[in-house]
Amino acid sequence: MARKTNWAATVLLVLGSLVILFPLYLTVTIAFKDPREMARSIISLPRTLRWENFAQAIQMTSFFRSFGNSFLITAAAVGLTLLTNSMVAYAIARNMHKRFFRFLYYYFISALFIPFPIIMLPIVKETSAMGIDNQIGLIFLYVVYGLAFNIFVYVGYLKTIPTSLEEAAIIDGCGVWKLFWKIVFPLMAPINATVGTLTTLWVWNDFMLPLIILNKPEAMTLPLVQFVFQSQFSTNYNLAFASYLMAMAPVLVVYVLAQKWIISGLMRGALKS
Amino acid sequence: MRAPSSRSSRSWRSSRVYFLMTIPALVLFFVFHTYPALEGIFYSFTNWPGYGDFQFVGLKNYLNLLKDGRAWDSYLFTFKFAIISTLLVNLLSMLAAVLLNERIKLKRLLRAVYFLPNVLSILIIGFIFNYIFTYLLPALGERLGITALATNILGNPALAWVGVVFVAVWQASAFNTLLYLAGLQAIPDDLYEAASIDGAGRWQRFARITFPLIAPFFTINMVLAMKNFLMVFDHIMALTGGGPGRATESISLLIYRGGFQGGEFAYQSANAVIYFLVILVVSFLQIKFLQKREVSL
Repeated sequence: MARKTNWAATVLLVLGSLVILFPLYLTVTIAFKDPREMARSIISLPRTLRWENFAQAIQMTSFFRSFGNSFLITAAAVGLTLLTNSMVAYAIARNMHKRFFRFLYYYFISALFIPFPIIMLPIVKETSAMGIDNQIGLIFLYVVYGLAFNIFVYVGYLKTIPTSLEEAAIIDGCGVWKLFWKIVFPLMAPINATVGTLTTLWVWNDFMLPLIILNKPEAMTLPLVQFVFQSQFSTNYNLAFASYLMAMAPVLVVYVLAQKWIISGLMRGALKS
Repeated sequence: MRAPSSRSSRSWRSSRVYFLMTIPALVLFFVFHTYPALEGIFYSFTNWPGYGDFQFVGLKNYLNLLKDGRAWDSYLFTFKFAIISTLLVNLLSMLAAVLLNERIKLKRLLRAVYFLPNVLSILIIGFIFNYIFTYLLPALGERLGITALATNILGNPALAWVGVVFVAVWQASAFNTLLYLAGLQAIPDDLYEAASIDGAGRWQRFARITFPLIAPFFTINMVLAMKNFLMVFDHIMALTGGGPGRATESISLLIYRGGFQGGEFAYQSANAVIYFLVILVVSFLQIKFLQKREVSL
């Protein structure tokens, strides 16, 4: 029974999408204008494209350095998260009948209920005492803090994978280590996509951890730089918006190219939790 | 006799591998999560300012917090913000999800647009809306002669929270829409067809079929959204910095400010412990209350 197109819903959704797209339209247009054009009209399209805004913003905020930091931290944190968290979850999921592993499961998951501010002050003291108040320390923290949620998602997924294949491999004399990397890890690809997407978005956009952990300007990430440069931008909104646009651009590009996978990956995560 | 013993030695070896797979994670998690949390609780019973010596002061920090107007204000603001935002987010995202699940044109494109805010940095979105509230809306208000819009709402102690709610709802609705949509897509089509054959109207179909079936998602969304909003930080840093005055100072912001800049390490640690207990109680009550409704539906 084919139903007709629901035009009322379509129109409502299109109107709603204007509310979502307008701030982005504004960001792009302001980034290309100069202050004189802004004085005439804030919301009109720019008459000339002032690429100088971007060049100036790049210089002012050391864009490539902070982009490099964000990229490095995100890539390393996501890579390590996928490799380590999935392995820990596997060991837990296949040994839930043993007390130690059941304890581990609840130990990691209970961290979901602990708000970050209770850790915030001591962790700064700890990371600076250990000399890891830098990009490396940040990568570590993301991988470790991700455990709570990821164990939950991974174990839920692993329960749905039948163990007969693994049992057959063990009878053939395959060790647990090899079994995990050769057989189970490849089977976890769909849930790894979900965890990878969520971790990427979290780490790339996170502001609070870099704010409290990082000390030196050389180590700053993209969101942190936007914050630090607020006072310098204040006289020139065109520069500020050029900088915001560049900070958002990588995620926007990836989203446009891969939105099908991103959305389905997130949906899978939604159903799992 | 040889076979069982070799199998047991193999299972002993494999259980050792399982241990080795988890021990590093356990140690790291303890060092970077549990230990600092315990340390925070420990310092909450001292007078440590964040440097130098300290003494135990018992429950003094906790008792002082009860008399601290600034702390009370931050809890009131945070709860007002979190409750209103949670309700709005769930209302709007359920509406968006139901519409997106209809037979509509441009389905792929519209979905992509509605999920877009979820991938963007809250801080940067906050800066963009900061500009909109500070310059664009007042300019628009002047041109159209609407005096209510003519001033910057973020500069108004009575209204600044509205701006924070707006940005929070704008950003968070995307993820909740996705969760609801995942729930809606799990509902088989023939249920609706049967209902429409029985003459059920659009509203009846929503109230009798859709809502009961996505009730588990409603529970998860309410709990998750509330918990996230109680932790609000980035939005405020970008929009108001806690101002004007301290009108929009959230609990996280107060702990951050007092702890790092105000020499109140121990005092704000006590605040964080209370905050932890509050979040625990709220999550627990929500789950209890909403699950009871779920069953009765």
